[in-house]
Amino acid sequence: MTWAEFWIIILRVVLTFGLLLVLTIVNVWLERKVVADMQSRIGPNRAGPYGILQTVADGLKLFFKESVTPRKVELGMYVLAPFLAVVPAFLIFMMVPWGAPFMIGDQEVALQGADLNVGLLFILAMSSMAVYAVVLAGWSSGSKYPLIGGVRATAQAISYEAAMGLAMVAVVMFSATQGDGGTLSLAEIVERQSGTWGDIIPAFEPVARFIPRWNIFPQIVAFLIFLIAIVAETNRAPFDLVEAEQELVGGFHTEYSGMRFAMFFLAEYVNIFSMSAIAATLFLGGWNGPTFEGSVPAIISGILPTVYFLLKTYAIVFLFFWIRATLPRLRYDQLMSLGWKRLIPGALGWLILSTFVIAFRQFGVPWG
Amino acid sequence: MGLLSELWRGLKVTGSTMLKTIGGSGLVTTEYPKEMRHKPQRFHGRHVLNRYPDGMEKCIGCQLCAGACPADCIYVRGKENDPESPVSPGERYGYVYEINMLRCIFCGLCVEACPTEAITMTHLFEMSTTNRQDAIYTRKELLMDESGKVPHMFPDDELADLDELNTADGWLRATAPSGVAAYEGVQMWQGTPGAASWDPEPSQEERDRASEGDDG
Repeated sequence: MTWAEFWIIILRVVLTFGLLLVLTIVNVWLERKVVADMQSRIGPNRAGPYGILQTVADGLKLFFKESVTPRKVELGMYVLAPFLAVVPAFLIFMMVPWGAPFMIGDQEVALQGADLNVGLLFILAMSSMAVYAVVLAGWSSGSKYPLIGGVRATAQAISYEAAMGLAMVAVVMFSATQGDGGTLSLAEIVERQSGTWGDIIPAFEPVARFIPRWNIFPQIVAFLIFLIAIVAETNRAPFDLVEAEQELVGGFHTEYSGMRFAMFFLAEYVNIFSMSAIAATLFLGGWNGPTFEGSVPAIISGILPTVYFLLKTYAIVFLFFWIRATLPRLRYDQLMSLGWKRLIPGALGWLILSTFVIAFRQFGVPWG
Repeated sequence: MGLLSELWRGLKVTGSTMLKTIGGSGLVTTEYPKEMRHKPQRFHGRHVLNRYPDGMEKCIGCQLCAGACPADCIYVRGKENDPESPVSPGERYGYVYEINMLRCIFCGLCVEACPTEAITMTHLFEMSTTNRQDAIYTRKELLMDESGKVPHMFPDDELADLDELNTADGWLRATAPSGVAAYEGVQMWQGTPGAASWDPEPSQEERDRASEGDDG
């Protein structure tokens, strides 16, 4: 590795990390503003223009607050849990390509923290790690409400991760037919969604060339299942039984205060954004979109892919907020029956169906 | 797909509310200190002790307000007027007059009980203090000065709205002093330099018409 390569890696990580931090701060504010609008309220409007610095003010306040440690906690786990929540949340976003690669001199800089060839597996692993944070926080707090929250998190994670994984498998299988062999690298999956369906299905060329070649069109059912599963995976309303203010005080973070609480809070919003980014990457074509190369200045066509990526991601983030403002929390048995009786069979059925379709297209129908 | 259609129904409600709010209508909260809500004319706010046009105090220290007060928050002690320089036209005047605003329920019974219309209520409602002692208003804070100006506890505060002390003074009788309910078009109280002068009360229909489209 040369020095140039080394600095480019540092640059990629710092850029990705900085983007995520800034957007998370904006997202907390955005959620409060959106939910306020949906409830006919004004929302935060004191700190900065339109209250946009509200999150910074809250963060500063939490930073200077005492982190109270209750007497009955299991100290090691109790201190470790907030870090277990934050670290995987940041690592997940490192996998997401958030803009078109550009050149510095003769070096190519991909706008992505790291391009692992097992990117999707890494994402699944990390999102499972995040559940440990909740479970351990609940257990180590030595208090009944956090414990109940932690136990709920365990069951919820098991049931919805299965559906999420199955939806991902369908996409990966479909993506394998779109290029040279199967891939789990997110950069490669994005690459295979460039262009329009007109290039793929010549028969419907006049219409299909206006439809971007995103995975959502052939994989709409997988997209819906994935969407529901990531809402549950990030413990957001209506699947926020883990926190459930009305029943469990604050759920797993009842006994946390100060900076330790702030870390759970940060992790939640980082997760919302990264999960939405992954949904946008897998189904909505990531940063793909018309860049008008040649007819506009190079700087604009270089930035446009990032703009497209953010637009797609924020569409899904907005959906998160919208659903939160709309739906009441599910009862626990409803959560389980939705997960096990609808999402998992649905995802399995869709997987089998798309397997058959892909196989028939690849090898021809057995009766033909 | 009943689940999804029900979800869509719910999303439509919140979504249309959001569009309405962004469009500027349908906002139910206001940016309170910047933007004041309309207060009805008979709003029960902070009390004020009135004077006659010649500068004499109206309070005669009779303690009827203290007797009528259901919250027991008024304390009055009368004192004989000095015949040379009387404070009020009667025999006595309110030498000590204290209202504990922490106990007051702003029912207005003191205003109804007062035989001389000495105590009335204004529109001022921001009376928070950082100290229990400051919540006890004495003669000094309650009594208007000889020009009819009502003292404000924090006149220099940027949020202080001095107009609140000048509105709706004396609008608080539930019935006419004569006991007749139909008192429209009759000016009930006269010759008072209270904080404001007022026209005869309009009839109920006129008032209904005037308050149409008014959120108060």
